[in-house]
This record gives sequence, C-alpha cells and structure tokens, in this order.
Amino acid sequence: MMWQNIMSALVTTLLAWASSASAQPVSTEQNAQRFEAAEEFEGGEEAVARFVDYNGKLLLTNAVSAVDGASGGGISNWATIAGRQETRGIGVQANVTTLFLPDYFYQSHGLAVGIADRLELSYARQNFDTQDVGAALGIGQGYKLNQDVLGAKVRLFGELVYGEPLIPQVALGLQYKRNLDGAVVEAVGAVDDDGVDFTVSATKLFLSHSVLVNTTARLTKANQNGLLGFGSTADDDYSLQFEGALVYQLSRRFVVGGEYRTKPDNLKLGEGDWFDLFAAYAPTRNITLTAAYADLGSIATFEDQRGAFVQTQLAF
Amino acid sequence: MFLAAFLPIMLMQQAPADDIDWDKEFGVEEVERDPVTGELPVEPYVQANANAGATPFAGDTMAARFGGQNGIRQIANRFVDLNFSDPRIRTIFAAHDEVRFRRTIFEQFCYILNAGCNYSGRDMESSHSGLGTRKADLNALVENLQQAMREEGVPFAAQNRFLAKLAPMSADVIDR
Ligand code: HEM
Repeated sequence: MMWQNIMSALVTTLLAWASSASAQPVSTEQNAQRFEAAEEFEGGEEAVARFVDYNGKLLLTNAVSAVDGASGGGISNWATIAGRQETRGIGVQANVTTLFLPDYFYQSHGLAVGIADRLELSYARQNFDTQDVGAALGIGQGYKLNQDVLGAKVRLFGELVYGEPLIPQVALGLQYKRNLDGAVVEAVGAVDDDGVDFTVSATKLFLSHSVLVNTTARLTKANQNGLLGFGSTADDDYSLQFEGALVYQLSRRFVVGGEYRTKPDNLKLGEGDWFDLFAAYAPTRNITLTAAYADLGSIATFEDQRGAFVQTQLAF
Repeated sequence: MFLAAFLPIMLMQQAPADDIDWDKEFGVEEVERDPVTGELPVEPYVQANANAGATPFAGDTMAARFGGQNGIRQIANRFVDLNFSDPRIRTIFAAHDEVRFRRTIFEQFCYILNAGCNYSGRDMESSHSGLGTRKADLNALVENLQQAMREEGVPFAAQNRFLAKLAPMSADVIDR
C-alpha cells in the first residue's frame, strides 16, 4: 500500500537522521564494516553467542564434580561454579562417578545447575554397596546404603582466573544430606539420618605457576559423608573440617593434582581422613574425564580402603 | 483522517537537488587513514609505558621463550587475525582500527616480555571503555592468544606466566 511505503520511508529517514546526528564522526569504511557486523550479528549463532554465555568458560574452569555433587575436585568442594556459562547465562553439569574399593563399591551420579557463574544448585545420589561387609555386619550381603544430597553454593567475591593475583574466588555453600537407610545408620549409632553441612571455599589459579589451590572449611556432623548418618550419641556436635586441593596445569586440557579431606570420627569406628591423587582431561569443551587413586582409610572398621576413582562429566 | 492531511503535505515536497553533499548536511566527517602508517587518527593521549598495564618481566628468559621480537610479531599478528575472524567476538573488533591494533598489541606484548620495545598505545581502561565486553569475550580472546602462542611453540608454563601479567587487567577490559 502506498501510504505504508511513504510512512516507512519517512521513519527510515528520521531514524537515519537521528542516528547520524548522535554518532561520532566515522569513516565510510568503518561504517561499511559496522553494517557488515550488524548484519552478521542479527543472524543465528552469532547473536545467540552474544546474549547467552553458552560454553563461555575457559577449559576445565567449571572444575569436576565432587562426590556430593558440587563443583570441585573429586572429594573436595571448591569455590568454582558448575556449568560452562559465564557471567550471563545458565549452565549444567552432570556426572557419573564410581569408586572401586577392596571391600566396597561406590557409585554416584549428580546434576548441577550454574546460574551466571554466581549460584550453583546441585543434586547427587550416592549408592554405597557394602558387598561382603554387609553380611559380616549383619545387614545383609550386598546391602546398599543410599543418600540424596541437595546443595547450594554462592560465589561471594573474587575470580578464579582473573582479577587481583592474590585474591581467590570465595564461595559459601550448604548441603542438605538425606540418608535413605535410617534404620541401619541408627543401628550403627548415628543420631540422625539427615543433616546439613556448611562450607566456605577459596580457590585460585595462580597462573604464574600454573597451579590451582583450593581450601575449604566445612562444618559437619556427617559420618562417612553421611552414608553412616549424622552425629552419634557420644558426639552430636558440629565439627570444623578442612578440604584442600593442589592442582598443576600441564596444558589447557590436562591437569594433575592431589586432594586431602579431614573427617570427624563421631562413631568411633576409626573413620579417618581422605586423600587422592588425580588426573583430569578435557577431550572436548563439554567432557571431562577424571581418574584418581583414592585412599579413604577405614570405613566401618574395614581398613585400608584404597582404590580407583573414575568420573565422567558432561557440562554445557 | 491523519493520512488525508498528511498525504498532500508529503506530495507537495520538492525533490532534493542532486548535488547536495549529504555527509556535509548530516555532519558526517570523513576520517582519513595516515598515508604512511595506514592508521586512523585517535583522540590525543599521553604516551607512556605505564599504559601497557603491567610491569615487564626481568631478564630475557621470557623474551627467549617467545622467540624474541620475531616470534612475538608472529604471535601478535596471528592473535589479531584470530580475534577479527572469531565468530564469538569479531563483532566487537569489526569497527575498530586493525592496523593500529596490530602495531600496539605487538608493542604491548614485546614491552611486557622485556623484548626491547616501548608501548605507545592507550591505557587499557580508556581503550576498552564502552566496547560492551563480557567475561566470556575475554575468555575467547585468551583462547585465541593461547592458540597463537601454542602455534609459535611457546611452552605452556611460559604461556601461563605471560597470561598472569594480563589477567589482572580484567577489570579494565571487561564492561559488564
Ligand atoms: C587483558 C586482556 C586485553 C589486553 C591486554 C588488551 C590489549 C589491547 C591493546 C594494547 C589495545 C590497543 C590500544 C591502543 O591502540 O591504544 C587494545 C584495543 C582493543 N581491544 Fe583489547 N585487550 C584485552 C582485552 C580485550 C577484550 C576482551 C576485547 C573484546 C573482546 C578487546 C577488544 C579490543 C578492541 C576492539 C580494541 C580497539 C579499540 C579501539 O580501536 O578504540 N580487548 N586492546
């Protein structure tokens, strides 16, 4: 229609006038480039990439998944936020973890959502197969202890990679753990079948040395991470525990490191600290494969539980 | 109603003369590239090595790891090419002076690596303000630099030592 054409011509002229009046002086060449850029900008992938920080993180900086579902090392929580989004997006991270020990078999799977590299919400399901120990303890051959862990973590300040070289990324976390075998853990002497852990973590990649350092303080009542319940009739207080990790970056894709995690011994079953040596490899942006040698000490009086930890993680 | 009043006014307008210089009418200034350097002019600023945003390495180990000025030139050129063609960030670079960037980024790298250059560009804050850069864009840029360094055979630990000089500039180069 005629009037529509006239109107749109008028609007276009007005807009062109308004924008040229407000714009800085630019060369015609720059203008041409800008139009070219704007055209590409409107189409598809490029526009999406600009507005959603899909896959925006540097390799491996979403870390791997701790057994309790949070982003971190395999056994320690870090201040990192799960998922490959950066400051303006949503990302997810899923893992399957297995641990082969002399007397037990552990398996867990988890899902964590990262929001704007600020907030992390995580869920993990832990399954602990007691194999022959189950029969020995009278709970049944191959009895499986199960636990759900719901976690939330918020990054308070600092940056893992950038910013002040000596100011780490610091995050506060809490984890609600619900053991699904209440009768068993109470029989072992635990007071509760659920509990809440509180963590504060500081993590920094010291680029000048290619070294990542993590330290975490945890307030917890959990026995063996909660798989044997929480507290005991003798000791039902929170205790302060420590988690540390030291990682060396061999390349963008490949890191090696070690972790240490202290634990309370509320049940007086000789529960000790955990320790591991691991290697993590990212064959693509979205996959991280982790293998570790883990020493979990004594579990329910069965000593020297040392074995292989294997994790596959997908992240977007 | 509106249309009826509007149409005659539109139709009564005279066609503009053919010889009008529209750039002049709308105040568009033509900016000329310098005939010698090929660079576009920038607003005046005070030149100083401090504008590079980092103190240089001591000694010449790092310069050697990067293959001296020749190696650094290769890396800087490749880095610029990658940034201007990277679908993640090329829209940020598109309207900017590639010729100048190629020169000043080389100077900055060369100065920080203590390979015998002075930095003559602007400081990081004023040269990046208003670009709308996010952290994800910085990550993309870092990946491009890693690729350029890797292709030039810079050992990974030395790459990281260099990145450690650039990482603290993040607050100045990120907008939002
Ligand atoms: C620590 C990281 C960075 C460093 C060391 C750095 C370094 C530089 C240097 C030396 C210049 C030249 C200044 C001059 O010529 O006066 C420059 C300009 C520029 N940088 Fe960066 N930059 C960084 C991050 C970024 C990021 C993340 C982006 C966007 C993705 C970006 C986009 C640009 C653009 C578009 C220009 C040209 C500005 C203009 O011509 O006005 N830079 N940068």
